[in-house]
Amino acid sequence: MHMATVLTINGETKSFDAPPDMPLLWVLRDILGMTGTKFGCGIAQCGACTVHVDGKAVRSCVLPVSAVENRTITTIEHVGSTPAGAKVQKAWLEAEVVQCGYCQSGQIMSAAALLAATPNPDDSDIDAAMAGNICRCGTYVRIREAIKQAATGRQS
Amino acid sequence: MNAHNSISRRTLLTGGLATGFLLAFHLPLRAAVNEPVQPPDATDGKFAPNAFIRIDPEGATTLVMPQVEMGQGIYTAISMILAEELDADWSKVQLLHAPANEKLYGNPIFIIQATGGSTSVRAFWKPLREAGASARAMLVQAAAAQWNVDPASCTTSKGEVTHKASGRTLSYGALAAAASGQTPPKDVPLKDPKDFVYIGQPFKRLDTPEKVNGKAVYGIDAIVPNMKFATLAQCPVFGGKVGKVDDRAAKKIPGVRKIVVLDDLVAVVGDHMWAAKKGLDALDIAWNEGPNAKINSKAIWDDLRAASAKDGVVAKSTGDIAKGLASGEKLEASFELPFLAHATMEPLNATVHCTPDSCEIWTGTQIMARVQSEAAKAAGLPVEKVTVNNHLLGGGFGRKLEPDMVVAAVRIAKEVDGPVKVVWTREEDIQHDIYRPVYRDTIAATLSAGKIVGWKYKIAGAAIIARWLPPAFQKGIDIDAIDSATDVPYDIPNVHVEYVRAEPPAIPTGFWRGVGPNNNVFAVECFIDELARKAGKDPVEFRRGMLANQPRFLSVLNLAAEKANWGQPLPARVGRGVCLQPSFGSFIATVVEAEVDEQGEINLRRATSVVDTGIAVNPDTIVAQVEGGLIFGLTAALYGEITIDKGRVQQSNFHDYRMMRINETPKIEVHVVRSGEAPGGIGETGTTAGPPALRNAIYAATGVALRRLPIDRKLLAAGRKA
Repeated sequence: MHMATVLTINGETKSFDAPPDMPLLWVLRDILGMTGTKFGCGIAQCGACTVHVDGKAVRSCVLPVSAVENRTITTIEHVGSTPAGAKVQKAWLEAEVVQCGYCQSGQIMSAAALLAATPNPDDSDIDAAMAGNICRCGTYVRIREAIKQAATGRQS
Repeated sequence: MNAHNSISRRTLLTGGLATGFLLAFHLPLRAAVNEPVQPPDATDGKFAPNAFIRIDPEGATTLVMPQVEMGQGIYTAISMILAEELDADWSKVQLLHAPANEKLYGNPIFIIQATGGSTSVRAFWKPLREAGASARAMLVQAAAAQWNVDPASCTTSKGEVTHKASGRTLSYGALAAAASGQTPPKDVPLKDPKDFVYIGQPFKRLDTPEKVNGKAVYGIDAIVPNMKFATLAQCPVFGGKVGKVDDRAAKKIPGVRKIVVLDDLVAVVGDHMWAAKKGLDALDIAWNEGPNAKINSKAIWDDLRAASAKDGVVAKSTGDIAKGLASGEKLEASFELPFLAHATMEPLNATVHCTPDSCEIWTGTQIMARVQSEAAKAAGLPVEKVTVNNHLLGGGFGRKLEPDMVVAAVRIAKEVDGPVKVVWTREEDIQHDIYRPVYRDTIAATLSAGKIVGWKYKIAGAAIIARWLPPAFQKGIDIDAIDSATDVPYDIPNVHVEYVRAEPPAIPTGFWRGVGPNNNVFAVECFIDELARKAGKDPVEFRRGMLANQPRFLSVLNLAAEKANWGQPLPARVGRGVCLQPSFGSFIATVVEAEVDEQGEINLRRATSVVDTGIAVNPDTIVAQVEGGLIFGLTAALYGEITIDKGRVQQSNFHDYRMMRINETPKIEVHVVRSGEAPGGIGETGTTAGPPALRNAIYAATGVALRRLPIDRKLLAAGRKA
């Protein structure tokens, strides 16, 4: 069998047994019980599984756990403790973005990574950062608005 | 109590609501089901005057949700309606998913416990108001008895009863025990809408705070101690069976615990989804594909076109259609809509724990009681031995009006010791959906002096109602398939509507957001634009001329035209298209502005909807539903089509079953008209509106009259003849 895998997730050290090719998504959900990160497609097409690795938005459904040892992993459960994440969550509620909400963990992770890197994104920045996240309920208009609100601190 | 409520329910079923499912239900459905104001099955020591309200001594006000939350904001709307008549303290409101219980929580429109068809507010508007008002009256009676004053001299607000004359106040919590001993009043008066304090205000949704921090729990997030994880494969060919399974390689995958082989599916059970998925991929399954392996899309369309050439069952006939079609200039067209998958973002799933004498289920479903009864059949247990724990739904769109995901999980769980979470892969979810059926609608109409004088309309498509709600399928007419075809708002003297039931072979079909009106509004509104062009009239002007007796339609049409800058000049290959729809008891006009590039690719520039949905319980939710509905419908118009070859679905995931993304989304404006009329439905409406408005915009931009979805870009390339 393999050695225990050790990851740093949301500032905590987690140790567990997992095959090295197991995607981070399933480690989070099925081994660690952190269900805020969602399964949507399994092929990095929808963005529901987005987490931060060293601050960058990545699709955890295709990210082998062996590739993220010694990296800093942040999930939706903890993104509110980052300045950009907190702003995004607040703006999401103020703009009443959410409908079913299933994709929103991933949307918020993508938006928080965008704002951390680009504090005042224009529409094309938003398109580039958010086009990998599908929302079946169609909340895109409000996602765009909320990102702008989060960037400027302006309220609706 | 019961007699009164039966009457009120009947009034609801037959009264006042403009369109949609409601009018169709003059039916011998079971009369004793759904008495919304009857006592709950459990009171937990609280003031529990009816199925929906529980108040504890501290004043915590728990509201039980008879409809499921799948993004449409209904938990908040239901709570607002109950809290309005109860005069509850909004800050003390907590929500509870309803258990499976058709008598307490059945939808008065469907009778069964189902959420769909944009019926929630329409169906529960009166029962919830009565439930709130009745509970309030009992609290007032309790206070008045304690103070020895006339109940009529007491007032209520924010969870308190006050007797102004003596300056006394008691909280609902303090009155909970005494109120439990009060007799519910007969014929309790409801508030005058002008006195509403919650309804009509833009309330923040109650379900959203936990949806932005990962804490919200969907069915797929259920965690049961010691559960295993499973994923499944069904025969790629519809109706096929499992032949031989070689599981030697799969059993060697670390974490794989069990291979479950049933007659029509194979599941791999493991320590986590990854083990289950790798195990499934490692299985060598020989399928017995059966007789459907030859089915393909071309044959399905040939069959549907042949069926639509036959006479149908008459759904409506007014005036003299023979005379109408014999006068004036005649135009004919057929419109075709494809199979569609639902692709809820949360893939199908259910967690099940079966023991020899019990079955417990954790899932997110639109049909609680039906899931319970179907699970009981699959488990071989009496229905009372089956417990269903419902959750938030990561999208429903009609897919979760079907019990198949739970039935499959129960059958798998019977073979597993302990609980098992069964999650479908996206590929399985798309290839074993219950699809929006193909439709073909044909219209013949005549124009005389710029007006439509004859209108013969024929729908051909599956009868979903015949399978899903058999008592409602009467005289060969599917009330869903004809919805919005029999109540076209335009003033036309001779109208004839027929329905041909045409079931596609082997492909299972079901409800999809927008349901029947999707096909009818598309055909009608596209054809109206063709008639307008034939008559030499502007599309909005042409519609206006046929709406003299339809003030609500005329008003939304005029406002939409104004807000969308209708008639103002546009660049070449940019057009505006309009859609006016009578669906779901709401009155909605939509204008889409789109550009068609030289290659025929579409750029959505702008969408404007004006909505008269009667009393708007939570106006911001209505805006959000129309925004999202438009995107759902426009996604289908741009990309949506499930095709069949060799008896199997050819699409598998989001790379080949595409969704609109943020960079393709137009600016959307939704205007909600203030109205005092009874509330209409809203969740489906944008989906129905988007495709015809876009198609008509393309017609205006290019002159090409598309008659089929999804949009075929090849027909739109520059230089091609219209």
